[in-house]
Amino acid sequence: MARIKLFIPLFIFLVLAVLLYWGLGRDPSAMPSALVGKSVPAFKLPALADETSMLDASLFQGQVSLLNVWATWCPSCRVEHPFLMELAKQGVPIIGLDYKDERDKALAWLADYGDPYKQVIFDPQGTLGLDLGVFGAPETYLVDAEGRIHFKRVGVVDARVWEQDFAPRYQALLDGETPVADPNDR
Amino acid sequence: MREHLIKTRKSVARGLLTVVLLAGSVVALAAIELNRLSTPELSSRYKQLIQEYRCPKCQNQNLADSDSPISIDLRREIRRMLEEGKSDREISDYLVARYGEFVLYRPRLQHSTYLLWLGPLLLLLIGAVIVVLVIRRQARPIQAQEEISQAALNPAEKARLQDLLAEPNASASIAKGDNASQYGSDSSP
Repeated sequence: MARIKLFIPLFIFLVLAVLLYWGLGRDPSAMPSALVGKSVPAFKLPALADETSMLDASLFQGQVSLLNVWATWCPSCRVEHPFLMELAKQGVPIIGLDYKDERDKALAWLADYGDPYKQVIFDPQGTLGLDLGVFGAPETYLVDAEGRIHFKRVGVVDARVWEQDFAPRYQALLDGETPVADPNDR
Repeated sequence: MREHLIKTRKSVARGLLTVVLLAGSVVALAAIELNRLSTPELSSRYKQLIQEYRCPKCQNQNLADSDSPISIDLRREIRRMLEEGKSDREISDYLVARYGEFVLYRPRLQHSTYLLWLGPLLLLLIGAVIVVLVIRRQARPIQAQEEISQAALNPAEKARLQDLLAEPNASASIAKGDNASQYGSDSSP
Protein backbone atom coordinates (compact mmCIF):
# COMPACT_ATOMS: atom_id res chain seq x y z
CA MET A 1 0.00 0.00 0.00
CA ALA A 2 2.75 2.43 1.03
CA ARG A 3 4.60 1.58 -2.18
CA ILE A 4 1.60 2.46 -4.33
CA LYS A 5 1.25 5.79 -2.55
CA LEU A 6 4.74 6.75 -3.68
CA PHE A 7 3.45 6.74 -7.24
CA ILE A 8 0.55 9.15 -6.64
CA PRO A 9 2.57 12.28 -7.64
CA LEU A 10 3.76 10.55 -10.79
CA PHE A 11 0.19 9.58 -11.58
CA ILE A 12 -1.05 13.15 -11.08
CA PHE A 13 1.78 14.42 -13.25
CA LEU A 14 0.90 12.01 -16.05
CA VAL A 15 -2.79 12.95 -15.97
CA LEU A 16 -1.92 16.67 -16.05
CA ALA A 17 0.62 16.16 -18.84
CA VAL A 18 -1.93 14.35 -21.00
CA LEU A 19 -4.60 17.00 -20.37
CA LEU A 20 -2.25 19.89 -21.09
CA TYR A 21 -0.89 18.22 -24.21
CA TRP A 22 -4.42 17.68 -25.45
CA GLY A 23 -5.19 21.33 -24.69
CA LEU A 24 -2.19 22.50 -26.70
CA GLY A 25 -3.52 20.91 -29.88
CA ARG A 26 -6.93 22.54 -29.64
CA ASP A 27 -7.85 25.69 -31.49
CA PRO A 28 -9.14 28.07 -28.82
CA SER A 29 -11.03 30.15 -31.35
CA ALA A 30 -13.00 27.16 -32.66
CA MET A 31 -16.52 27.34 -31.30
CA PRO A 32 -19.51 25.19 -32.06
CA SER A 33 -22.16 27.28 -33.74
CA ALA A 34 -25.32 27.68 -31.73
CA LEU A 35 -27.23 27.43 -35.00
CA VAL A 36 -26.08 24.02 -36.19
CA GLY A 37 -29.20 21.89 -36.54
CA LYS A 38 -31.47 24.94 -36.78
CA SER A 39 -32.93 26.67 -39.81
CA VAL A 40 -31.41 29.73 -41.39
CA PRO A 41 -33.07 32.58 -39.46
CA ALA A 42 -35.91 34.45 -41.15
CA PHE A 43 -34.83 37.62 -42.93
CA LYS A 44 -35.97 40.08 -45.56
CA LEU A 45 -33.06 41.82 -47.25
CA PRO A 46 -32.33 43.20 -50.71
CA ALA A 47 -30.16 41.46 -53.27
CA LEU A 48 -26.75 43.01 -53.80
CA ALA A 49 -27.15 43.28 -57.56
CA ASP A 50 -30.67 44.75 -57.43
CA GLU A 51 -31.88 46.65 -54.40
CA THR A 52 -35.52 46.40 -55.43
CA SER A 53 -35.61 42.61 -55.32
CA MET A 54 -36.09 41.34 -51.78
CA LEU A 55 -34.69 38.01 -50.67
CA ASP A 56 -35.79 35.79 -47.79
CA ALA A 57 -35.01 32.41 -46.26
CA SER A 58 -36.84 30.53 -49.02
CA LEU A 59 -33.62 31.12 -50.97
CA PHE A 60 -32.20 28.10 -49.16
CA GLN A 61 -35.08 25.74 -50.02
CA GLY A 62 -34.71 23.08 -52.66
CA GLN A 63 -30.96 22.60 -52.90
CA VAL A 64 -28.00 21.82 -50.68
CA SER A 65 -25.98 25.03 -50.63
CA LEU A 66 -23.24 26.99 -48.97
CA LEU A 67 -23.86 30.28 -47.25
CA ASN A 68 -20.71 32.38 -47.40
CA VAL A 69 -20.40 35.53 -45.30
CA TRP A 70 -17.99 38.00 -46.88
CA ALA A 71 -17.18 41.67 -47.22
CA THR A 72 -14.79 43.85 -49.16
CA TRP A 73 -13.17 45.08 -45.92
CA CYS A 74 -12.14 41.54 -45.08
CA PRO A 75 -8.65 40.53 -46.29
CA SER A 76 -9.22 36.83 -45.60
CA CYS A 77 -12.22 36.93 -47.93
CA ARG A 78 -9.87 37.96 -50.71
CA VAL A 79 -7.70 34.93 -49.86
CA GLU A 80 -10.72 32.67 -49.89
CA HIS A 81 -12.25 34.02 -53.08
CA PRO A 82 -10.34 31.94 -55.67
CA PHE A 83 -11.36 28.70 -53.97
CA LEU A 84 -15.01 29.80 -53.95
CA MET A 85 -14.69 30.37 -57.70
CA GLU A 86 -13.39 26.84 -58.02
CA LEU A 87 -16.27 25.40 -55.99
CA ALA A 88 -18.77 27.32 -58.10
CA LYS A 89 -17.16 25.87 -61.20
CA GLN A 90 -17.64 22.37 -59.71
CA GLY A 91 -21.34 23.17 -59.43
CA VAL A 92 -21.64 23.83 -55.69
CA PRO A 93 -24.39 26.43 -55.18
CA ILE A 94 -23.06 29.29 -53.04
CA ILE A 95 -25.25 32.00 -51.57
CA GLY A 96 -23.30 35.09 -50.52
CA LEU A 97 -24.05 37.31 -47.56
CA ASP A 98 -22.37 40.67 -48.05
CA TYR A 99 -21.94 41.64 -44.43
CA LYS A 100 -21.74 45.29 -43.30
CA ASP A 101 -20.45 46.43 -46.63
CA GLU A 102 -20.99 49.14 -49.21
CA ARG A 103 -22.88 48.23 -52.33
CA ASP A 104 -20.56 49.97 -54.80
CA LYS A 105 -17.44 48.41 -53.40
CA ALA A 106 -19.03 44.96 -53.26
CA LEU A 107 -20.22 45.15 -56.86
CA ALA A 108 -16.78 46.33 -57.97
CA TRP A 109 -15.19 43.40 -56.11
CA LEU A 110 -17.41 40.87 -57.90
CA ALA A 111 -16.74 42.54 -61.25
CA ASP A 112 -12.97 42.51 -60.66
CA TYR A 113 -12.42 39.09 -59.14
CA GLY A 114 -15.38 37.13 -60.46
CA ASP A 115 -18.72 36.18 -58.97
CA PRO A 116 -18.96 32.68 -57.46
CA TYR A 117 -22.40 33.35 -55.95
CA LYS A 118 -25.81 32.23 -57.19
CA GLN A 119 -27.25 35.12 -55.25
CA VAL A 120 -25.84 37.68 -52.85
CA ILE A 121 -27.83 38.98 -49.89
CA PHE A 122 -26.95 42.59 -49.07
CA ASP A 123 -26.83 43.17 -45.31
CA PRO A 124 -25.28 46.60 -44.63
CA GLN A 125 -26.55 46.74 -41.01
CA GLY A 126 -25.44 43.22 -40.22
CA THR A 127 -28.90 42.18 -39.00
CA LEU A 128 -28.90 38.72 -40.58
CA GLY A 129 -25.27 38.44 -39.53
CA LEU A 130 -26.31 39.04 -35.94
CA ASP A 131 -29.07 36.43 -36.15
CA LEU A 132 -26.61 33.95 -37.61
CA GLY A 133 -24.12 34.59 -34.84
CA VAL A 134 -21.53 35.94 -37.27
CA PHE A 135 -18.64 37.62 -35.52
CA GLY A 136 -16.15 38.02 -38.31
CA ALA A 137 -15.92 37.34 -42.00
CA PRO A 138 -15.41 34.99 -43.69
CA GLU A 139 -17.77 32.40 -42.32
CA THR A 140 -19.22 29.54 -44.30
CA TYR A 141 -22.31 27.46 -43.51
CA LEU A 142 -23.45 24.21 -45.05
CA VAL A 143 -27.22 24.36 -45.50
CA ASP A 144 -29.43 21.42 -46.53
CA ALA A 145 -32.33 21.48 -49.00
CA GLU A 146 -34.79 22.30 -46.20
CA GLY A 147 -32.78 25.32 -45.13
CA ARG A 148 -31.26 23.74 -42.01
CA ILE A 149 -27.67 24.56 -41.06
CA HIS A 150 -25.48 21.45 -40.77
CA PHE A 151 -22.01 22.84 -40.34
CA LYS A 152 -20.26 26.12 -39.80
CA ARG A 153 -16.71 27.18 -40.44
CA VAL A 154 -15.27 30.44 -39.13
CA GLY A 155 -12.31 31.48 -41.26
CA VAL A 156 -11.06 30.76 -44.73
CA VAL A 157 -12.35 27.71 -46.60
CA ASP A 158 -9.56 26.32 -48.75
CA ALA A 159 -9.06 22.99 -50.51
CA ARG A 160 -7.88 21.28 -47.31
CA VAL A 161 -10.79 22.53 -45.20
CA TRP A 162 -13.21 21.63 -47.96
CA GLU A 163 -11.91 18.08 -48.29
CA GLN A 164 -11.76 17.56 -44.56
CA ASP A 165 -14.87 19.25 -43.20
CA PHE A 166 -17.27 20.11 -45.99
CA ALA A 167 -17.00 17.55 -48.81
CA PRO A 168 -18.07 14.47 -46.77
CA ARG A 169 -21.04 16.30 -45.23
CA TYR A 170 -21.99 17.92 -48.52
CA GLN A 171 -21.92 14.55 -50.31
CA ALA A 172 -23.93 12.92 -47.51
CA LEU A 173 -26.59 15.62 -47.82
CA LEU A 174 -26.71 15.22 -51.62
CA ASP A 175 -27.07 11.45 -51.28
CA GLY A 176 -29.66 11.81 -48.56
CA GLU A 177 -31.85 14.23 -50.49
CA THR A 178 -34.22 11.74 -52.12
CA PRO A 179 -34.64 9.47 -49.05
CA VAL A 180 -35.59 12.44 -46.88
CA ALA A 181 -38.30 13.42 -49.35
CA ASP A 182 -39.53 9.84 -49.79
CA PRO A 183 -38.50 7.32 -47.09
CA ASN A 184 -39.92 4.31 -49.07
CA ASP A 185 -37.57 4.97 -51.93
CA ARG A 186 -34.47 4.01 -49.91
CA MET B 1 20.94 67.36 -7.43
CA ARG B 2 18.44 70.14 -7.79
CA GLU B 3 18.14 69.68 -11.53
CA HIS B 4 17.58 66.03 -10.95
CA LEU B 5 14.72 66.78 -8.57
CA ILE B 6 13.09 69.13 -11.06
CA LYS B 7 13.40 66.51 -13.75
CA THR B 8 11.75 63.88 -11.56
CA ARG B 9 8.93 66.25 -10.69
CA LYS B 10 8.36 67.01 -14.32
CA SER B 11 8.14 63.36 -15.29
CA VAL B 12 5.82 62.63 -12.39
CA ALA B 13 3.57 65.47 -13.46
CA ARG B 14 3.58 64.20 -17.02
CA GLY B 15 2.67 60.69 -15.82
CA LEU B 16 -0.19 62.03 -13.73
CA LEU B 17 -1.48 64.07 -16.63
CA THR B 18 -1.49 60.98 -18.85
CA VAL B 19 -3.38 58.96 -16.27
CA VAL B 20 -5.97 61.69 -15.76
CA LEU B 21 -6.48 62.14 -19.50
CA LEU B 22 -6.82 58.41 -20.08
CA ALA B 23 -9.28 58.04 -17.21
CA GLY B 24 -11.27 60.96 -18.59
CA SER B 25 -11.56 59.35 -21.99
CA VAL B 26 -12.86 56.07 -20.55
CA VAL B 27 -15.45 57.87 -18.44
CA ALA B 28 -16.55 59.89 -21.45
CA LEU B 29 -16.90 56.78 -23.63
CA ALA B 30 -18.97 54.98 -21.01
CA ALA B 31 -21.12 58.04 -20.41
CA ILE B 32 -21.98 58.45 -24.09
CA GLU B 33 -23.46 54.96 -24.23
CA LEU B 34 -25.15 55.16 -20.84
CA ASN B 35 -26.84 58.43 -21.80
CA ARG B 36 -28.62 56.61 -24.57
CA LEU B 37 -30.74 54.72 -22.05
CA SER B 38 -33.91 56.34 -20.83
CA THR B 39 -33.76 55.61 -17.08
CA PRO B 40 -30.97 55.23 -14.50
CA GLU B 41 -32.23 51.70 -13.64
CA LEU B 42 -31.77 50.62 -17.25
CA SER B 43 -28.33 52.21 -17.29
CA SER B 44 -27.20 50.31 -14.23
CA ARG B 45 -28.63 47.02 -15.57
CA TYR B 46 -26.91 47.72 -18.88
CA LYS B 47 -23.61 48.39 -17.14
CA GLN B 48 -23.86 45.10 -15.29
CA LEU B 49 -25.03 43.05 -18.29
CA ILE B 50 -22.21 44.10 -20.58
CA GLN B 51 -19.75 42.96 -17.92
CA GLU B 52 -21.24 39.48 -17.95
CA TYR B 53 -21.11 38.71 -21.66
CA ARG B 54 -18.01 37.78 -23.55
CA CYS B 55 -17.12 39.33 -26.88
CA PRO B 56 -17.35 36.47 -29.42
CA LYS B 57 -14.50 37.85 -31.48
CA CYS B 58 -11.96 38.88 -28.87
CA GLN B 59 -12.31 36.00 -26.55
CA ASN B 60 -10.77 37.33 -23.37
CA GLN B 61 -12.72 40.55 -23.16
CA ASN B 62 -16.25 41.24 -22.10
CA LEU B 63 -18.63 43.38 -24.11
CA ALA B 64 -17.91 46.38 -21.89
CA ASP B 65 -14.18 46.29 -22.52
CA SER B 66 -14.18 45.44 -26.19
CA ASP B 67 -14.33 47.94 -29.00
CA SER B 68 -14.63 45.41 -31.82
CA PRO B 69 -17.51 45.99 -34.26
CA ILE B 70 -19.34 42.90 -33.05
CA SER B 71 -19.23 44.12 -29.44
CA ILE B 72 -20.55 47.51 -30.49
CA ASP B 73 -23.41 45.75 -32.32
CA LEU B 74 -24.18 43.51 -29.38
CA ARG B 75 -24.15 46.43 -26.96
CA ARG B 76 -26.59 48.23 -29.25
CA GLU B 77 -28.82 45.14 -29.32
CA ILE B 78 -28.72 44.88 -25.51
CA ARG B 79 -29.68 48.56 -25.19
CA ARG B 80 -32.55 47.99 -27.63
CA MET B 81 -33.82 44.98 -25.68
CA LEU B 82 -33.53 46.84 -22.36
CA GLU B 83 -35.63 49.68 -23.74
CA GLU B 84 -38.18 47.14 -24.97
CA GLY B 85 -38.52 45.95 -21.38
CA LYS B 86 -36.92 42.54 -21.91
CA SER B 87 -35.77 40.67 -18.81
CA ASP B 88 -32.14 39.75 -18.18
CA ARG B 89 -33.04 36.13 -18.90
CA GLU B 90 -34.58 37.02 -22.26
CA ILE B 91 -31.49 38.99 -23.20
CA SER B 92 -29.15 36.16 -22.32
CA ASP B 93 -31.40 33.70 -24.20
CA TYR B 94 -31.13 35.95 -27.25
CA LEU B 95 -27.34 35.98 -27.09
CA VAL B 96 -27.00 32.27 -26.33
CA ALA B 97 -29.30 31.38 -29.25
CA ARG B 98 -26.89 33.16 -31.60
CA TYR B 99 -23.46 32.81 -30.09
CA GLY B 100 -23.85 29.79 -27.81
CA GLU B 101 -23.19 29.25 -24.10
CA PHE B 102 -19.72 30.55 -24.83
CA VAL B 103 -20.78 34.20 -24.47
CA LEU B 104 -21.80 33.79 -20.86
CA TYR B 105 -19.06 34.68 -18.42
CA ARG B 106 -21.32 33.29 -15.71
CA PRO B 107 -22.33 29.91 -17.12
CA ARG B 108 -25.77 28.55 -16.31
CA LEU B 109 -26.13 25.68 -13.87
CA GLN B 110 -27.01 22.71 -16.09
CA HIS B 111 -25.76 19.19 -16.68
CA SER B 112 -22.83 20.30 -18.84
CA THR B 113 -21.62 22.79 -16.21
CA TYR B 114 -22.16 20.77 -12.99
CA LEU B 115 -18.47 19.91 -12.87
CA LEU B 116 -17.54 23.56 -13.39
CA TRP B 117 -19.81 24.84 -10.63
CA LEU B 118 -19.49 21.97 -8.16
CA GLY B 119 -15.86 21.02 -8.91
CA PRO B 120 -14.36 23.48 -6.40
CA LEU B 121 -16.73 22.19 -3.72
CA LEU B 122 -15.73 18.63 -4.58
CA LEU B 123 -12.03 19.54 -4.31
CA LEU B 124 -12.69 21.21 -0.95
CA LEU B 125 -14.41 18.04 0.30
CA ILE B 126 -11.53 15.85 -0.91
CA GLY B 127 -9.10 18.21 0.85
CA ALA B 128 -11.12 18.05 4.08
CA VAL B 129 -11.17 14.24 3.98
CA ILE B 130 -7.40 14.15 3.47
CA VAL B 131 -6.83 16.56 6.38
CA VAL B 132 -9.03 14.45 8.68
CA LEU B 133 -7.21 11.27 7.67
CA VAL B 134 -3.78 12.80 8.26
CA ILE B 135 -4.76 14.17 11.69
CA ARG B 136 -6.16 10.81 12.74
CA ARG B 137 -3.05 8.99 11.57
CA GLN B 138 -0.84 11.36 13.59
CA ALA B 139 -2.96 10.99 16.71
CA ARG B 140 -2.90 7.16 16.68
CA PRO B 141 0.88 6.48 17.24
CA ILE B 142 0.92 8.46 20.51
CA GLN B 143 -1.91 6.37 21.97
CA ALA B 144 -0.27 3.20 20.74
CA GLN B 145 3.06 4.17 22.31
CA GLU B 146 1.43 4.79 25.67
CA GLU B 147 -0.26 1.43 25.54
CA ILE B 148 3.02 -0.31 24.71
CA SER B 149 4.98 1.39 27.50
CA GLN B 150 2.28 0.60 30.03
CA ALA B 151 2.18 -3.03 28.94
CA ALA B 152 5.92 -3.35 29.60
CA LEU B 153 5.47 -2.59 33.36
CA ASN B 154 4.73 -5.26 35.93
CA PRO B 155 1.72 -4.76 38.27
CA ALA B 156 3.81 -3.16 41.06
CA GLU B 157 5.37 -0.69 38.66
CA LYS B 158 1.95 0.12 37.24
CA ALA B 159 0.60 0.90 40.69
CA ARG B 160 3.58 3.17 41.37
CA LEU B 161 3.06 4.95 38.06
CA GLN B 162 -0.57 5.56 38.99
CA ASP B 163 0.52 6.97 42.36
CA LEU B 164 3.08 9.22 40.69
CA LEU B 165 0.57 10.51 38.23
CA ALA B 166 -2.07 11.08 40.93
CA GLU B 167 0.14 12.95 43.50
CA PRO B 168 0.94 16.49 42.46
CA ASN B 169 4.20 16.70 44.52
CA ALA B 170 5.09 13.02 44.09
CA SER B 171 8.19 13.68 42.07
CA ALA B 172 9.60 16.00 44.72
CA SER B 173 9.13 13.48 47.55
CA ILE B 174 10.65 10.66 45.49
CA ALA B 175 13.67 12.79 44.74
CA LYS B 176 14.09 13.51 48.47
CA GLY B 177 13.70 9.86 49.47
CA ASP B 178 16.18 8.74 46.85
CA ASN B 179 18.69 11.27 48.10
CA ALA B 180 18.26 10.09 51.67
CA SER B 181 18.82 6.45 50.84
CA GLN B 182 21.74 7.15 48.56
CA TYR B 183 23.75 9.74 50.43
CA GLY B 184 22.43 9.05 53.94
CA SER B 185 24.02 5.61 54.04
CA ASP B 186 27.34 7.03 52.99
CA SER B 187 27.45 9.89 55.46
CA SER B 188 26.32 7.94 58.52
CA PRO B 189 28.80 5.41 59.65
